[in-house]
Amino acid sequence: MNRIKQLFASKKNILSIYYTAGYPNTGDTLKIAELLEKSGADMLEIGFPYSDPVADGPVIQASSKQSLDQGMTLNLLFEQLKDLRKTVTIPVLLMGYVNPVLQFGVEKFCEACAEVGVDGCIVPDLPMVEYEEFYKDCFEKHNLSNVFLITPQTAEERIHKIDGLTNGFIYLLSSSATTGKNLEVGNTTEAYFSRIKNLNLKNPTMIGFGISDKQTFDKACSYANGAIIGTAFVKAIADGNLEESVSTFMKKFKS
Amino acid sequence: MKYKVNEKGYYGDFGGAYIPEMLYPNVEELRQNYLKIIDDAGFQKEFHQLLKDYVGRPSPLYLAKRYSERFGANIFLKREDLNHTGAHKINNTIGQILLAEKLGKKRIIAETGAGQHGVATATVCALRNLECVIYMGEVDIERQAPNVARMKMLGAKVVPASSGSKTLKDATNEAMRDWINNPVDTHYIIGSVVGPHPYPDMVAIFQSIISEETKKQLLEQTGSDQPDYVLACVGGGSNAMGMFYHFMDDENVKLIAVEAAGKGVSSGFSAATTYLGKEGVLHGSRSILMQTPDGQVVEPHSVSAGLDYPGIGPQHAHLFKTGRGQYVSITDEESLDAGLLCTQLEGIIPAIESAHALAYLEKMEFKGGENVVVCLSGRGDKDLDTYIKYFNL
Repeated sequence: MNRIKQLFASKKNILSIYYTAGYPNTGDTLKIAELLEKSGADMLEIGFPYSDPVADGPVIQASSKQSLDQGMTLNLLFEQLKDLRKTVTIPVLLMGYVNPVLQFGVEKFCEACAEVGVDGCIVPDLPMVEYEEFYKDCFEKHNLSNVFLITPQTAEERIHKIDGLTNGFIYLLSSSATTGKNLEVGNTTEAYFSRIKNLNLKNPTMIGFGISDKQTFDKACSYANGAIIGTAFVKAIADGNLEESVSTFMKKFKS
Repeated sequence: MKYKVNEKGYYGDFGGAYIPEMLYPNVEELRQNYLKIIDDAGFQKEFHQLLKDYVGRPSPLYLAKRYSERFGANIFLKREDLNHTGAHKINNTIGQILLAEKLGKKRIIAETGAGQHGVATATVCALRNLECVIYMGEVDIERQAPNVARMKMLGAKVVPASSGSKTLKDATNEAMRDWINNPVDTHYIIGSVVGPHPYPDMVAIFQSIISEETKKQLLEQTGSDQPDYVLACVGGGSNAMGMFYHFMDDENVKLIAVEAAGKGVSSGFSAATTYLGKEGVLHGSRSILMQTPDGQVVEPHSVSAGLDYPGIGPQHAHLFKTGRGQYVSITDEESLDAGLLCTQLEGIIPAIESAHALAYLEKMEFKGGENVVVCLSGRGDKDLDTYIKYFNL
């Protein structure tokens, strides 16, 4: 059983944090993972940057660009994560776009993930049909969970298909939006969250996009197994002392 | 029909729909409906009526006498520059706006490079009274000021794309982000044969009017509907695909696609995708794109904003890989020189994009008497500043 499954089996109100690898400084990737675990994060999503991140808003775009400009690559990321499992015990996923994975090589990518102790991946622009046909066997061979996204517009039949194909959790987008929009939980969002909850999916769900404070986090947790925070965290560590920024940010959610 | 899209949305190894889930419902809605809508007799009637009465089609196929004398072959120019709004782009926007209406969309978005697609989109939005938002790179807004003014006058909102190289690629990213954030009432009119399936096929179908007419016109003028060569410039590749479409299965017709070499293919300032690129995924489809070994998209360069794109449409990638099409490139300087030559020999100021296709004539060897069709995809009014600066006119 991989770490993701263990986590969901043992814990509620899971707090998962996204950050961009190699940001704010190239050498910060592992350090941030360690700091986040120490300050109470339950799961990590490390973004590998891409030049054309169409699903991302301005904050994550800018962090990706800065990271790339400073020389980040997938090769370097795996090098940085070589000793990940010496200090980090919580589940770690890699999140990014499909083209860097294709150029790296799918098989080699899965191998590298398994080798450093990465538990799963989120590749938003990798279509379900492609995954099923060309990637699934490789992911499963290396015990990697592949996480799919669903939005308020995703049809029920497709949600069940996704549920059948994934084996980690389902990433529930609070609305169809690029990253960094604020979560406004109105009646339609609540109805959508309730609808998903009542589908009794086999996989746990995590709500993401627009979670930025304790209040929105708690709200999300009432409908799902937990929530994912990305943009708000990336913003919080932009400058200043990393230890302090991470700890201050995490305290908001742990009170 | 071996070069057409298959039922999975692929052209050989290329195509598909590599899109985040947020775009899936919109793209899927299109995929399920586009052929049904386009094949409908009522749609066809309205589409062709507008092409005739509003765009001014058929566009002439003009035997360029002085050009022909110079090159020793019969050079025919397919005059897409004479279309309303000055380029081939309007063929596609007329088709897509009618389709958007059938899908019940209220708001139109588009990306633009040279501004021709932006103007063509803003035009049809004015015509059909739909809200219009155009994304355009900051760099392109600078170098294509007249087109920005035209879009504004037509009632469109022009939003600058300030990320990346601030050109066509980034405008496309911004348009896709807009579509993600407006998933229900908005239709995205992609201007080239790029993007997730079914866009490359849909845009090719709307642009295929170019080769459909050319065939008839050639038959009338030469007695055969098959020329020896067909030439067109390629950025994303929509005028080329329209020009090649009905010739693809005529294997004896040589298809020549002219990319922008910029300052030279090895200069680091180029947009010669097939020469510099590798297979990968950009803007929703698997194709050939200029990228680093790590899979980051490389910023292209061309003097022509319409060719300043780091990829090509998946169908072009397929024509290239199978060898059905010959993909070549022309530098900034060669294209500008060809633009001036066309102006002085034929009294036609071509868009710098189209001048790339014309420039390749200089590199071809003719035995004499061959029939050659060049797609004159747009007029050069928008490029006067560039021409004036380059030639000190």
